[in-house]
Amino acid sequence: MNVILYLLGASLILGASLILGDGGLAFFLWSLRAGQFEDLEGAANRILFDDERY
Amino acid sequence: MNAASPVAESACAHCGQTTAAGQRFCCPGCSVAFDTIQTLGLGRYYRQRLLDPATRAPRPEADANLDLQRYVVSNPDGSHTLSLAVDGLQCGACVWLIESVLMREPTVTTGRVNMTSRQLRLSWTGPVEDAARLVNAIERLGYRLVPFDARILAAAHDVTGRTLLRALAVAGFAAGNVMLISIGLWAGEAAGWLSDMGPATRDLLHWVSALIALPAIAFAGRPFFRSAIAALRHGRTNMDVPISVGVTLVTAMSLSETIAHAQHTYFDSAISLLFFLLIGRVLDHRARGQARATAEQLLTLRAADVTVLLPDGSTERRAQQAIKHGDRVLVGMGERIGADGILEKGNAPLDTSLVTGESLPANAAPGSAVFAGTLNLGEPLIVRATATGDTTLLADCVRLIEAAEARRSRFVVLADRVARLYAPAVHATALLTFLWWYGVQSAALGQALLTACAVLIVTCPCALALAVPAVQVITTSRLFGLGIMLKSGTALERLAEVDTVVFDKTGTLTEPALALVVNGIDSASLRSAAALAAHSRHPLARSLLAATGPVVAAEHVVEVPGQGLTSDGARLGSRAFCGIATETQADGPELWFTRPGQPSVRFTFAERPRPDAAEAIARLQAFGLSIKLISGDNPYAVAPIARVLGIADWHAGCSPVEKAAMVEALAAKGHRVLMVGDGLNDSPSLAAAYVSASPASAADISQTVADMVFLGANLSPIAVTIQAARRARSVMRSNLVLAIGYNVLMVPLAVAGWVTPLLAAAAMSTSSLLVMANSFRARQT
Repeated sequence: MNVILYLLGASLILGASLILGDGGLAFFLWSLRAGQFEDLEGAANRILFDDERY
Repeated sequence: MNAASPVAESACAHCGQTTAAGQRFCCPGCSVAFDTIQTLGLGRYYRQRLLDPATRAPRPEADANLDLQRYVVSNPDGSHTLSLAVDGLQCGACVWLIESVLMREPTVTTGRVNMTSRQLRLSWTGPVEDAARLVNAIERLGYRLVPFDARILAAAHDVTGRTLLRALAVAGFAAGNVMLISIGLWAGEAAGWLSDMGPATRDLLHWVSALIALPAIAFAGRPFFRSAIAALRHGRTNMDVPISVGVTLVTAMSLSETIAHAQHTYFDSAISLLFFLLIGRVLDHRARGQARATAEQLLTLRAADVTVLLPDGSTERRAQQAIKHGDRVLVGMGERIGADGILEKGNAPLDTSLVTGESLPANAAPGSAVFAGTLNLGEPLIVRATATGDTTLLADCVRLIEAAEARRSRFVVLADRVARLYAPAVHATALLTFLWWYGVQSAALGQALLTACAVLIVTCPCALALAVPAVQVITTSRLFGLGIMLKSGTALERLAEVDTVVFDKTGTLTEPALALVVNGIDSASLRSAAALAAHSRHPLARSLLAATGPVVAAEHVVEVPGQGLTSDGARLGSRAFCGIATETQADGPELWFTRPGQPSVRFTFAERPRPDAAEAIARLQAFGLSIKLISGDNPYAVAPIARVLGIADWHAGCSPVEKAAMVEALAAKGHRVLMVGDGLNDSPSLAAAYVSASPASAADISQTVADMVFLGANLSPIAVTIQAARRARSVMRSNLVLAIGYNVLMVPLAVAGWVTPLLAAAAMSTSSLLVMANSFRARQT
């Protein structure tokens, strides 16, 4: 009985970690598709501009 | 030089170049740019620029306009998009300035500069004709914008990079998760108080590992599988073959072990192997992609439209490729001829150095044949374009290039040469291990397979596959920072083996533009002449200006195209324009300068070796390389240059065919030739050489053919690159020795069946890190 409970708990934790990890992966693939890795040099410089319009 | 003039100097408020005392700006263009920026309230630009004190704003220069509308893409919502290459982009402040200026235009919807690729993406609503106005707003600031077809450039570049990055992301995610689970497994089987993991838990963890690893390997392994299959199909083998075989076998074996409730699986090794390898591939792709994209960008920025004279007398600007047989092309003074053809009207000296290698301009009269790429030094010309088919000089060169490339033996990269020996050796060892355990020791089938797979894992060429690319990435990026672009992946290895360097003369050993012969000219008249010359884009006027340095431009200057400049009675221009009675025959390009009441001054121009040419040649000779000079120019022009630079072995008056034949003759004698050339006439010999280099001022076709393109006025990049290549080769070799040495140590353990998943993972990571650390030695010079 204990073994089953233990395995159930382990599966839950593993499952949760996998879902979280998948979420991270999906997020990265989305950002890749959205072109956020197209201009790394520009992004590094843009943080230094103070913007007046927003 | 004659900078000893007593005039105190100050800095231009826009571009920072030195100007004469009391002057705020060095030229009218800078003044306009400064006013524009201040009027728009963007004066912060000058302060932001100080983030990097070395940065200077680009100097605005008037330039031939390109037809923008051809490149405009109309969107379904009625807006228009234009992609432009930006020249003069130096730092973040430039990006900010361009984007701020565009955002003040109410119709602009997108104006975004990509700093990495140096491209501007511009979208606006309203008429298509607005393109010219918007582009002009940026060009007034001193940046040069050249439109390009985004569909062609972007599509070709990004697919591989994105596939690799996606594979890397998936492999990294899976490797991290599987490794975490594996730590639990290793702890579970460790001796002592931790070893209380039951078989059911172990099976569960194995199954979860399999669940993560299997799809990830199938996805992230595709670049390797594809390349391995392509190699095997051609009956060859490369580094990807042992990688693919190893990863596939290890994964399959681990899966069958999981099903059989066995103790050991190797999912972690398989997926982290792919992760490590993909890091190398992504970096490699980035470094090479950057070099190639920059080389492409250089060519894009040189694109110039051709003015075609229509039958009704009006003119039309067209792309060079759109010129048809029989079109009449108008070539302005100081412009390059855009098409091969017959000169119909006009009489002018032509600078053919980029085409034939001759340093002195040749006079062309109606009826003479002229070639694309020739610079018009005189009055406006009309050229009737001839067939762009097989008869042109360009077509001849293309044919020679194709022939040379077909003859060139396929170079096999170091890594693949190692793989040719390595892959069969590894697979034979694994097979023998299996036979030994199964046949001789009578072990169970699964046990024997497991041991054979352990051999494959420890020999899986992780370190070996990183050994060469890691060094290549480090060296390529270092050279890129010095303005040297290696376009071919194998160029580095070929450069290290070079024993002979063949130079072209005109534009390669010498500067691309003619230089003023300074002796016998007093500096006062030189400065006054330069003040006039500042208004002209004529190549000789530019050379004059280059010799004096910054001057205050004269006022009320009128330019008579093809003849000269005049201001308040002073005249600078051709002999006839200045009204000089012919006493000496012109023996080369010259400019005359006359002022009322003062003797006339004659400026002559000659080609001049690049400033560091002699030093660079001496350095190459010190490397033990033999240096040759093969030129298309006449012996009288070649001999003095060869003597000054200390080149004993020179040949003059060679046609493109002869040049290529000489390079091939050297190759036939067993020499490894590096050809350095810039002209159209050099392109066949560039293709025929073992490895080739071109300055960035070279003809388009030569740059395309060359393995390496270098920026700047100096010749030292050649020596720097050869030194870096030799260094890279020695680091690559020590990396291979390290990687193979590690295998020699690990294989006996694996054959004996002592390698556990933990040991395999530890050994693999250690060897990869060792190879990476060693690769950084390639950074040193």
